[in-house]
Amino acid sequence: MPQGVLAIGLGHYLTVSAILLVLGVFGIFINRKNIIIILMSVELILLAVNLNLVAFSSALNDLTGQIFAMFILTVAAAEAAIGLAILVTYFRNRGSIEVEDVNLMKG
Amino acid sequence: MLFATAVFAPLVGSLLAGLPGRALGDRAAQAVAIGFMLLASACGVTAWVQHIWLGAPNGVVPIANWIAAGDFRLDWALQYDTLSTTMVAMVTCVATLIHIYSVGYMAHEHYTTSRFFSYLSLFSFAMLMLVTSNNLVQLFFGWEGVGLMSYLLIGYWYDRPAACRAAIKAMIVNRVGDLSFALGIAAVFLTFGSVDFSTIFSMISAHTNDLYHLAGHEFRTFEVIGVLLFIGAMGKSAQIGLHVWLPDAMEGPTPVSALIHAATMVTAGVFLMARMSPLMEYAPGALHFVTFIGATTCLFAATIGCVQNDIKRVIAYSTCSQLGYMFMAAGVGAFQVSIFHLITHAFFKALLFMCAGSVIHAMSDEQDMRKMGGIWKKIPITYATMWFGSLALGGIPPFAGYWSKDAILEATFVSGSSWGLYGFICGTAAAFLTAFYSWRLLIMTFHGKPRADAHTMEHVHESPVTMWGPLVVLSLGAISAGFLLHGLFIGEGQAAYWQGAIFNAPENHVIANLETTPVLIGLLPTICGVAGIALAYWFYMFSPGLPLRLAEQFRPIYLFLLNKWYFDELYDFLFVRPAVWLARELWQVGDVTIIDGVPNGLASLAEDGSKAAVRIQTGSIAVYAFTMLIGLVGLVTAFLVIR
Repeated sequence: MPQGVLAIGLGHYLTVSAILLVLGVFGIFINRKNIIIILMSVELILLAVNLNLVAFSSALNDLTGQIFAMFILTVAAAEAAIGLAILVTYFRNRGSIEVEDVNLMKG
Repeated sequence: MLFATAVFAPLVGSLLAGLPGRALGDRAAQAVAIGFMLLASACGVTAWVQHIWLGAPNGVVPIANWIAAGDFRLDWALQYDTLSTTMVAMVTCVATLIHIYSVGYMAHEHYTTSRFFSYLSLFSFAMLMLVTSNNLVQLFFGWEGVGLMSYLLIGYWYDRPAACRAAIKAMIVNRVGDLSFALGIAAVFLTFGSVDFSTIFSMISAHTNDLYHLAGHEFRTFEVIGVLLFIGAMGKSAQIGLHVWLPDAMEGPTPVSALIHAATMVTAGVFLMARMSPLMEYAPGALHFVTFIGATTCLFAATIGCVQNDIKRVIAYSTCSQLGYMFMAAGVGAFQVSIFHLITHAFFKALLFMCAGSVIHAMSDEQDMRKMGGIWKKIPITYATMWFGSLALGGIPPFAGYWSKDAILEATFVSGSSWGLYGFICGTAAAFLTAFYSWRLLIMTFHGKPRADAHTMEHVHESPVTMWGPLVVLSLGAISAGFLLHGLFIGEGQAAYWQGAIFNAPENHVIANLETTPVLIGLLPTICGVAGIALAYWFYMFSPGLPLRLAEQFRPIYLFLLNKWYFDELYDFLFVRPAVWLARELWQVGDVTIIDGVPNGLASLAEDGSKAAVRIQTGSIAVYAFTMLIGLVGLVTAFLVIR
């Protein structure tokens, strides 16, 4: 490994992953505008998880983590599809996808 | 069979007249009820005649089994002896006449009267059950039956608040007596192990000396039973203390007053004493109590009768007073005399009530004697029959009341006890007052200047034949019953007549001694009666201003009498107000505050709690997500810390 080049280790991956997770979480509840952003934030969280899995898999030399990551990607794709479908139907019914307007659960 | 028909025909009549309701129509219901009553009275009188003159022996007519519980067996059965046949004959005859009278009296009713006739017939049935029962429990059945029918008939005009109040009052006051009666029956059962009259009476001598121990005192069982039964009789027969319901019961239609509150039901107490005579004869203390109460009631009710202004109330107090006479006779051991007075009284008191009804009918439902007067020429038949009734009530020979009242006073006199003497004094004074208020009633109602308004006076008319017919028949009874019956009931042949239905202790010679009373004692009631009549004439006919002046001068006494010795006020203070207060407290504190308060409080607690909980549900996804996150962080922290 050449001198002066910082080797990228497990810690870096985990840091990035943690930043992504926090971004995703804040994206969910600081966002007051659009439900699509919430979906995107959920994707971000999932990606953070995936990154964790892959990082540990490589660090521990265990392939299980990477296989699991593939599964999660699949599920995430399906989830995104379903989420968007719900969103479209919701828009048809309510005429708005603003987070403020989603309050049918209000007691 | 004949006897059972007499008892059950009114029941059939009542059901047929009452159950189809309006479908039957007025005329048909009346015809059915009267038809069965005529049948009953024919059978009743025949049964009586058969027993007395044709030698039909004493017996029991079994009907059905009633109760079989362990050793306790009870049958529906009719006692066939002189006492019951006499009562059946009297009750059926008077009831039939009153049924007929009611056709005329109730003619102006707006609603169908089938209910009225059904009640009347059912009452007759209950009364007949009472007098014919061969055990105490069946007697109690009849006793409660007449009480119930009395309630229904007093409250017959259920749209009048006063009538409803009077009906409830009668029911409640009677409950007081009935409780004691029920206790008496229980005591009889405990003592004798049976409630059958024949069993009880055959075991009297075995239990004469039984004692009850209570709080260090000893009470003879018979005395206790006697007093308990008599308190029951006091309630039904309106004796002082439990009399308050009878005057108010006058809110019912007049035929009801005549049938129930004069001739039959109120005499049930006297009948009970006579029926239980084998036991009562061995309870001298209880008999003294009976004499005392009877004598006091007799005088007390007579004093009130002198100042009342409602024509029916005067007669009601008179009934009260006459019942006092009967108890007085029973108390000195002259049960035959008390039954004799019961029978004659049934005739003349029913007559007086029906005359009063006829007057009320003529006066367009006016009952206040101060608004009557001057109508004797317009309703001559009512006037004449009322004279006969009053002569009988006043004890003027040879009318019915003379024979029986005279015998009662003689019996109290010859009994020789100080209680008997007390009864004699009260009874003689009451005889004077009785005559006075009877003629006061006659004069105020029929004589003097008309005090009603012109419209009412124009309308005064003699009643229809269905009303004056029974009046004439009853006045024949009021004239002749005493003369005809005294030989049978209390004269030489009384033992042959009663055939053991009424028991006199071997040492009780009151009946035998009746004939030996001094002449002056025998004449005294009549003299008092005549004096009372003379006084009434002087007061109300010749110097009409005098009673008013007297009332002014002796205002406290007058008010005391007018307000019926303040019994209602006393009871109101002693019982009604505390009961109302207690009920109100139980309602407001017990029911509203505690019983309702607890579930209501729990409910409102849940409601408030859920209202607070609802606020948590904002509906905002961001908040939910934030909460989830915080929760997650909290859980993880807790997990890390605690581990």
